[in-house]
Amino acid sequence: MAATRQITVKDGDVVLLVGTMKGAFLLRSNSARERWEVGGPHFPGHSVYAMAYDGRAGRRRLWAGTGSMHWGAVLRTSDDFGRTWTNPEAANVRFPTETGVSLKQIWKIRPGRSQEPETLYCGVEPAALFESRDGGETWNLNQGLHDHPHRALWQPGGGGLCLHTVMPDPANRERLTVAISTGGVYRSDDGGRSWQPRNQGVRAEFMPDKYPEFGQCVHKIVLHPSNPQRLFLQNHWGLYRSDNGGDSWQDIARGVPSDFGFCMVMHPHDPETVYIVPIESDEFRCTPEGKLRVYRTRDAGGSWEALTRGLPQKDALETVLRDAMSVDHLNPAGVYFGTRSGQVWGSPDGGASWNQILGGLPPVVSVEAAVIGEPKPAKARGKSNPARAKAKKARSKAKKARAKAKKARPKAKRRPAARKKGPAVRKAKPAGGRKRRAAPHKRRAAAKPRRKAAGARKKK
Amino acid sequence: MAVAFMIPGYLRQFTAGSNRVVSDARPATVGEALAALWALHPGVRDRVVTEQGEVRPHVNVFVGRESIRFTGGLGTPVADGDEIWIVPAVSGG
Repeated sequence: MAATRQITVKDGDVVLLVGTMKGAFLLRSNSARERWEVGGPHFPGHSVYAMAYDGRAGRRRLWAGTGSMHWGAVLRTSDDFGRTWTNPEAANVRFPTETGVSLKQIWKIRPGRSQEPETLYCGVEPAALFESRDGGETWNLNQGLHDHPHRALWQPGGGGLCLHTVMPDPANRERLTVAISTGGVYRSDDGGRSWQPRNQGVRAEFMPDKYPEFGQCVHKIVLHPSNPQRLFLQNHWGLYRSDNGGDSWQDIARGVPSDFGFCMVMHPHDPETVYIVPIESDEFRCTPEGKLRVYRTRDAGGSWEALTRGLPQKDALETVLRDAMSVDHLNPAGVYFGTRSGQVWGSPDGGASWNQILGGLPPVVSVEAAVIGEPKPAKARGKSNPARAKAKKARSKAKKARAKAKKARPKAKRRPAARKKGPAVRKAKPAGGRKRRAAPHKRRAAAKPRRKAAGARKKK
Repeated sequence: MAVAFMIPGYLRQFTAGSNRVVSDARPATVGEALAALWALHPGVRDRVVTEQGEVRPHVNVFVGRESIRFTGGLGTPVADGDEIWIVPAVSGG
């Protein structure tokens, strides 16, 4: 079995939690998001459909919902970025005996609101919501949803009958919205005690009644914290927006090659910007025309644009599943997704350009991005970057100053000073060292002592 | 009277590494025998049975060479000296 590689994470780093059908991988980068250190596989052989990062209340906690065809599903945590994981003796997410129901799979781990740091939610298959009020120590079935009269009528989709999305309203502590395949959107306005279907206007293409009260196969819903009344929905056929918290939905599928798709993510800073990856047809379920294209709206669904720079536009029959896309909250935002063919793609500039971060993984089923601790400003990159220009100017100035100082100094005075530092052989090393191209994040740091040294010589 | 449990690789993290666990309990059935195993090594239970107490679909339990699926399930009788095998099914992809 492949040895598990570990990553070393620092504050300000971006970490990607990548869940696959056969284990999890942790990827780390600094805020430039150009190079990625890869850790894993964790839980080899176990599917990981749900991962999350909980940075509330001083935690640095990773969550993973691992599932084994043989040994069942369990929630596991790591407080050291994967060096050690819990593996609780007793399954921590379990249906009460009186329900007669057994857990099949964990689909979503969702830390609660920032002002409720001990609250977490867990969506599972068969469709049910579990809640923890003690930071994840204990979990309880949400009885209100479980007792809903519709539950017996929900039908499994291709991925099973799963509750895959949990959205606490950031402005209203009583409001919680969940999405079920195939049950539809349900919302509680009393803290989870009672639930109402919120599917008005969402088409169920596969049903005789195209606009039923419930039973839609919603694949993902998202909202922006600054405007929680507005929701976006990627359906099993159909793209929708709601401006009233899900009470009713309007079709926004204009200018996309297909309104079928699985994933959908919200821009972290712009409540009008949403990303999707359209998929062709209900049966084929691959990217249309063999082109891997992310589509973005920047006007809340009024129009959509294809983002293709860096993404393969030929023979790319890919599928991006519902939880396999994520954003970080840096500025510019990083956007990431993983494919069933085991590739991970990322954009450090909000989708303008894309790079393949990793390939050759087992099928990717979940991607979560997290910024650890306080975000640090992005490293200087690009010709027009003022920070880089400033650093370059400083290096040039230091170089000129050194040359000037060298010319001005008589040889006899320079030699004894050099000898004090060590033999001639070792003296050559720093010069060689200066020529060596340092890693980008070290270049600016390296420029500082040179500048000081040059300044000191100049004074002489 | 004793029964022995043969533990597969993945579950040995819950039996302190042992691949064979002997119980001195006097179980009459496989269900009673497994309960004795859970008492010795609680972490094994939820991997082998669901929260409803049913053996997981892709786990096989044998008494000697016979799968309990065909001999009465958890009610299968157990005799002194029996070996009970917990075996992951050959499944997956």
